Amino acid sequence: MIVDWEAEFQRTIDADSRIEPRDHMPESYRATLIRQIAQHAHSEIIGMQPEGNWITRAPSLKRKAILMAKVQDEAGHGLYLYSAAETLGVSRDQLIELLHTGRQKYSSIFNYPTLTWADIGAVGWLVDGAAICNQVPLCRCSYGPYARGMVRICKEESFHQRQGFEILRVLSAGTAAQHAMAQDAVDRWWWPAIMMFGPTDDESTHSQQSMTWGIKRFSNDELRQRFIDMTVPQADALDLTLPDPALRWNDERGHYDFGPIDWAEFWQVVNGDGPCNRQRLAQRVAAHVEGAWVRDAATAYAAKRADPGAGQAGSSTAAA
Amino acid sequence: MAGAGSPNGSVPGSVPGSEATEPASRGWPLWEVFIRARRGLAHNHVGSLHAADAELAMGMARDVYTRRSEGVSIWVVPTASITASSPDEKDAFFASAADKPYRHPTFYDVPAGVKHL
Repeated sequence: MIVDWEAEFQRTIDADSRIEPRDHMPESYRATLIRQIAQHAHSEIIGMQPEGNWITRAPSLKRKAILMAKVQDEAGHGLYLYSAAETLGVSRDQLIELLHTGRQKYSSIFNYPTLTWADIGAVGWLVDGAAICNQVPLCRCSYGPYARGMVRICKEESFHQRQGFEILRVLSAGTAAQHAMAQDAVDRWWWPAIMMFGPTDDESTHSQQSMTWGIKRFSNDELRQRFIDMTVPQADALDLTLPDPALRWNDERGHYDFGPIDWAEFWQVVNGDGPCNRQRLAQRVAAHVEGAWVRDAATAYAAKRADPGAGQAGSSTAAA
Repeated sequence: MAGAGSPNGSVPGSVPGSEATEPASRGWPLWEVFIRARRGLAHNHVGSLHAADAELAMGMARDVYTRRSEGVSIWVVPTASITASSPDEKDAFFASAADKPYRHPTFYDVPAGVKHL
């Protein structure tokens, strides 16, 4: 029996069912998913750096323990996502290689520095908040392993956003200097967080096909608006100002209006000239190289235990 | 991505049954992780990971998949040990069950008023 698998594939998606690893799928669907999931995985792994930067200098033992838990979560999220990408027929080593050689990207947001402790608050509140907006719809993505990974990730992310909010709340209600530090962090992170949703809908190259395939459920602009609408009242609760004079409620639209986004900055950072692009990648590669002996040791130990005679009496066959 | 484009969706070197289709991160085999969330429930598949041996796979499974007390028991299984039904999950392998509605209680008529049946 000849089955039109391409029609069957689209029928599965249109019925809001899921595509599983060994199903027939168009090569471009597979490639799109690999690109997106890998970029997402890389973002989690690179995202450990700006936060890891403050672990040794967290202001209390409690904050240190929380920040370590959060950075561990980012590592875990990267692993869930690499596993999901691997179900599409790409190996972990290939993915790491593509990251390290700059052929696959990670989210540009992680190319901004975390200059003060308040940045850890702003990253949790704004960056993780924006990430959650992007990620919640991915829990219903048409590709099963990705959707399942996202369910786990979204569950864990909500603690990330809340702890960031709480850091800012405590600073904002503190001394004048602490309040100013919180405001400064929000001033620097607001626009990059807004840019995390990617180019506007008329500029976004991959969006339409991804919608048809059920990989994406909402457009970049829809998600950006949703994030802004959620965040403005939270900023009021924090007694902090968002650095956009054009930000105001529009009764007619039922949304907040906001000012123009500096897309020149966005593209500059995407194309490699953000404040920390080179540092992030260099640090990632160095960590991988410096960890090689651990991976080698684990491999050697596993081989030795599997075959205790090997390497001692020459040939283990002879010893047996 | 060697072989990723093959039209039947399978990848040369793939392990049937695994969610992952390409084995081996340089020397580290792939393991599937199953977790029992609490007593009384079965182990459920939660994901996969690469590890040098079973002991390390177990430790990594704990770190990656139970950071919030998601389980009371973990199984790690070498992906290569899993045998799965045919690659196409919609095929005729399961069809013979489809024409046997009499295996379900709803197949049978029960007169009105008859209870406990």
